[in-house]
Amino acid sequence: MTSRIICGRNRFWEAAVSRLIRMDHTGHTELAQWSAQDEAAFGEAREALRAELDRGYFAVSSDVDGSAEQVRELPLDAELVILRRPIAGG
Amino acid sequence: MDAALVGGGGLAGPGPGSGPDGELPELASVHWRPRADARRLRRSDRLWTLSTVAHTAPFLATAIGLPLLDPVTIPVALIALAYAWFIPELYAARGAGVVREPRGRRVGAARSATAGAGREAADSRALGLLGDLVGHAARELLARTGMVLERGELGVWLVAGAGALLVRPGGRRVQCYCVHATGDELPRADRVAHLLLALRADESGFATVANLTFSGSCWRLRRRLPPPVREALRAAVAAAARGQ
Repeated sequence: MTSRIICGRNRFWEAAVSRLIRMDHTGHTELAQWSAQDEAAFGEAREALRAELDRGYFAVSSDVDGSAEQVRELPLDAELVILRRPIAGG
Repeated sequence: MDAALVGGGGLAGPGPGSGPDGELPELASVHWRPRADARRLRRSDRLWTLSTVAHTAPFLATAIGLPLLDPVTIPVALIALAYAWFIPELYAARGAGVVREPRGRRVGAARSATAGAGREAADSRALGLLGDLVGHAARELLARTGMVLERGELGVWLVAGAGALLVRPGGRRVQCYCVHATGDELPRADRVAHLLLALRADESGFATVANLTFSGSCWRLRRRLPPPVREALRAAVAAAARGQ
């Protein structure tokens, strides 16, 4: 583990815009940004989410308090939505 | 579902992001399992204890009984005693295996220079995201041990890249779960983040999807763990003993 996380800041929640990111082999990829005032950006983010759900990803809305919720539609007021792969036992 | 995501093993596709609200979609792939809850986990703990007793009691009885019948059988009794000790240790070693990195995925595993640079950049990005997902105290523990401590309703979790430990309330007992993110190679921190998000979204669903590989005393497991993980286990036991 590097020292980066020791001084890590919760940059995703400090941003003024909401973000849709996908965890992948690159670490993570930001797919879209939106804000409550920008309907066009929200629409694009929603489409991006649907495309990733169709590819088999699952979406989790993550809050700064450490809670997370499995979602199927993009919540307008979510600050950070993360796309993850399915998990399996064994 | 994208074949690249499900890999060779592949989950039975529950459909795009499907599942009742708040429930892990992966539960569809283990529909025969009853949903884990505190009562079921206690039952699992008791069954593991009974199983351990059933495995060791005959050897203990042999170790005690034979020398009473004839002192010449003492060597056989000693062998039986060794078996009685060895069998629970084997189970604990199996449990400890869930926090070991699979071969080829270890940080620093041999790879080409180009692939290595790309992998390091990906590891760094993934680690940054994971660091953002956890609180300050958990972040420090993550930096030292590579594991994330997460408090839940069922106990205190320690999440690694290919498994998780659950220290039960009271801090005396631990359960080991084998569970991993499917698909292509992911940076180690991303694999931890996958499990952490699934755990946070649906703790009982997470415990249902994951495979239980060991349930027993913390002291028995601790001896089988590498030192950094022992430190993480100590922190989790302390948190569980404090009532979280």
